[in-house]
Amino acid sequence: MVQVRFFAALRERAGRDAIQIDLPEGVSTVAQLVDWLAETDVALAQALEATPRRMVAINEVLGNEDSVVEAGDVVALFPPVTGG
Amino acid sequence: MKTHIEVREGGLSASEPDLWLRDQGRSGAVVMFSGQVRDEQGKVEALHLEHYPGMTESVLGTIVEQACSRWHLNGAWVAHRVGTIQAGEDIVQVAVSSAHRQAAFEACAFIMDLLKTRAPFWKKELIDGCWIWVEARESDDQAAASWLQDATGRAPR
Repeated sequence: MVQVRFFAALRERAGRDAIQIDLPEGVSTVAQLVDWLAETDVALAQALEATPRRMVAINEVLGNEDSVVEAGDVVALFPPVTGG
Repeated sequence: MKTHIEVREGGLSASEPDLWLRDQGRSGAVVMFSGQVRDEQGKVEALHLEHYPGMTESVLGTIVEQACSRWHLNGAWVAHRVGTIQAGEDIVQVAVSSAHRQAAFEACAFIMDLLKTRAPFWKKELIDGCWIWVEARESDDQAAASWLQDATGRAPR
């Protein structure tokens, strides 16, 4: 299983804060995971499209679209951060 | 070296980091930055801050560790509010102590610049009764990048 979490505007647009999926065959990077999510879920596709600038964290560590995703990971997708 | 990293819902008081960093003369310099909610000429009533619990504290800890590896610090305090914050209130505090002022000035700016672009906080503004997400600024990315570009060529001080 992989848990995908959404935060801030992306969470609101997705209408949920997390989903659990079995790691699909052929998906081993963040970019592939995002593509797969957009292909399999229309609402998520729209939310991702409406949030074109994104950051990603794998297991609470910042990564990028080439970061490796493995079963058991928690992948968080969110808009660029705006704290401070 | 002591560190304090905190995410809290309640208010921030400037006297807290000041007292916490006191070290009976070991440090000659304390630099404190406090970020406050601007009202943008009366437009913004309040902010609402969301974060990623767990990751936030760990990212802030990593940023403080990086600062400690570049400058000789005696103490570092980072406190950030979440939830709803009214215009004029403090949203973030970064305070550092060091033997000399230059390290304290630079480390404080470094921690703040990296916090702005790395720590998972997101803010909404309350304008005319509507909550609107704040977009990230490119100038913040540039500020953080400018510290990291010279990371290899610069000895810690």
